[in-house]
Amino acid sequence: MPILEVENLSKSYRQLRGENTPAIGNVTCRVEAGEFVSFVGPSGCGKTTLLMSIAGLLEPSSGRVVVKGKEVKGPPPNLVLVFQEYNKSLFAWRTVLSNVRFGLEARGDRSPRAEAKARELLDRVGLKGFEKHYPWELSGGMQQRVAIARALAYEPEVLLMDEPFGSLDALTRLELEDTLLGVWAELRTTILFITHDIEEAIYLSDRIWVLSRRPAQIIQELSIDFPRPRDQLTTRAHAGFMTLRNEIYRQIGHAV
Amino acid sequence: MRESKLSGVLFLLLLMVVWELAAQRQWLNPLIVPPLSRIFASFGSLVAAGDIPLQILASLKRAAIGYVLAAAVFIPLGILMGLFDGCRRALDVIIEMLRPIPPPVVIPVALLFFGLEDEMKIFVIFFSCAWPILLNTLEGVRSIERLLLYTARTFGLSHARIIWQVVLPASSPQIMTGLRISLPITLILVVISEMVGSADGIGYFILDAQRRFKVAQMYAGMLALAIVGYGLNLLFNLAHRTFLAWHWGMLREQQR
Amino acid sequence: MNRSSSFNWLGWLIFAGLLSMWEYGARANPKLQFYIPPVSEILVALFNLSASGQVAGHLLATVSRFVQGYAIAALLAVSLGVLLGYFRSAYGILEIVIEFLRPMPSVAIIPVAVLTLGIGDGMIVAVTVYASVWPILVNTIDGVKHIEPILIDTARTFGLRRWAILWRIVVPGAAPYIVTGLRISLSIALILVTTAEMIAGSRGLGFFILDQERSFNSSNMYAGIIIVAALGYGLNRLFLTLEGNVLRWRRGMIAQQPV
Repeated sequence: MPILEVENLSKSYRQLRGENTPAIGNVTCRVEAGEFVSFVGPSGCGKTTLLMSIAGLLEPSSGRVVVKGKEVKGPPPNLVLVFQEYNKSLFAWRTVLSNVRFGLEARGDRSPRAEAKARELLDRVGLKGFEKHYPWELSGGMQQRVAIARALAYEPEVLLMDEPFGSLDALTRLELEDTLLGVWAELRTTILFITHDIEEAIYLSDRIWVLSRRPAQIIQELSIDFPRPRDQLTTRAHAGFMTLRNEIYRQIGHAV
Repeated sequence: MRESKLSGVLFLLLLMVVWELAAQRQWLNPLIVPPLSRIFASFGSLVAAGDIPLQILASLKRAAIGYVLAAAVFIPLGILMGLFDGCRRALDVIIEMLRPIPPPVVIPVALLFFGLEDEMKIFVIFFSCAWPILLNTLEGVRSIERLLLYTARTFGLSHARIIWQVVLPASSPQIMTGLRISLPITLILVVISEMVGSADGIGYFILDAQRRFKVAQMYAGMLALAIVGYGLNLLFNLAHRTFLAWHWGMLREQQR
Repeated sequence: MNRSSSFNWLGWLIFAGLLSMWEYGARANPKLQFYIPPVSEILVALFNLSASGQVAGHLLATVSRFVQGYAIAALLAVSLGVLLGYFRSAYGILEIVIEFLRPMPSVAIIPVAVLTLGIGDGMIVAVTVYASVWPILVNTIDGVKHIEPILIDTARTFGLRRWAILWRIVVPGAAPYIVTGLRISLSIALILVTTAEMIAGSRGLGFFILDQERSFNSSNMYAGIIIVAALGYGLNRLFLTLEGNVLRWRRGMIAQQPV
């Protein structure tokens, strides 16, 4: 059974003047456990709305989302969403370590094991030594790593990520892509990733869904067969990489 | 920077010397502006004799009660109004009606109800601190970053826990601002209410000294008042640094 | 406070409900009427006071003192603030003195003023000026300090002389801060005028309200409070209108993003 099923999901917003603005058209897809899948689409196509609807933070206008057989009606307990604006999602009044422990505390887990786990994850994302710092003391890339560590500490079965590297500079982005892949390989969480960076999507994913302009609809599904573990140099140098990229680029261009 | 601090101090000393000379040489009417030396002497003896400290204590007692009462009532109210829009709209008109009333003008009402007792001043302070505390608390709650709430929800927090663990800490800097603004307001109103209707307190002391032409004492009282104002500010900063250490650090960083 | 575009039925309903409870409660408990007369009586008193012109003299006195005090304070504080903000050395010298005087509540100056100037308009205007100067001064200095040095350098490149720079770049550039200071002082000026009238006045709304309380005329007292509140509200509205006009014009003068 797929771990996540999206069935005919659509979402419209009611504007001030009463008109309905559709953000997501009819979206249907399936994700198997342990997969790394990405949605790629132009800016403003409704990707965030899609992810937030899957995460149970927004109520769909029609259709439904099923996680592990249960319909989503509010944030499911085994699913976590990481936002693009990390600085706005971190709790400024908590230290880095305290932020990472937040999810565990929310579950009622304040054991030494939880503490150890949080520390270990901070180490994995390269932030060892920063436990007692406050978020404002860290750089953008570091803050996003805290947000990722916080999500992973929660050990969700499904991790949704909304353009998590979008606000970072190119080099940091590449670094975090590899960090993420490393942790994912270990934990085998299911990851749903959103990005407007086509190459990033190809580099990270097992499968890609290409989204149209608003209202977002899946115009194509692609399988990415490059071997794992992926590598920034060799994978991207693969002949097929650019072909895929051009294909997707064309798809998005057509959908305008 | 140090250079200008030094010249600033020198300038202050110069002013003080000029004052002293002008008063001694009777260039200024000593009945209105006595020499600084006499003022300091008067201050010294009044403090030593306990007169000034006693009056200050009386004033501070009323100020503290009024201030704490206002905080205890209007912070929770502000939070409620911030969380529940219906509550805010319900009370909005009443608040807008009461806001334009300059606080001192409430003193006669308080006199009517409480006479010259402590309760009169406490009531006036309570009324005067209401709006800064209430409105800042309200604003603090309403302007909470949405992503913080979404983050809390994606980690499965219940609404009650979100209020306790996210809303309160996130709005605490603005609540602090309201409390900070109310501090000089409290001091001003306690002085005013004592000048209008009291038998003790530092405000009464200063006015009484003036009426009995004990001019040096009057200035001594003013000096004491300035010191108290300065001291309260320091105390508040200490409290800010203690209870909201994380925010204090952020502010210092931003000011650079 | 944010205003939604729709009319706040609930708020007005609750307000009306409160007034009704007040009216009913006061009428049902005659003992209470000494402290809290029924709303209707207060409104009647308000009408009588306005119609008979009894309160007109007091209102005029308060307004006149307010306008004088506020205007003088604004002129003094903005000029001084611009100069101090621009000429750092001057500010450096005066900074310590300013920091010494600020913590003292400005109302404490009233006894000194009474001693020096006696009781009357002069004293009241003087204390109003003293108290109102601080917020404007501090905010003006702050505003001038926050001006992009690039703007001033650019002006210098174009050969503008010092005073021209002050007038055409610095003042408009610091305008948002100055306006904030002016707005704060609006309430402070009214507070000081009414306070001074209460402590040492023989006319004015502050005096009137206190006087009515002493004569145990609570309806008139509350009516007086309503008049003062209306005055405060009116001044605020006036200020907002003027602020809108002035800032819009000034903002057009320089291509600087409003702070």
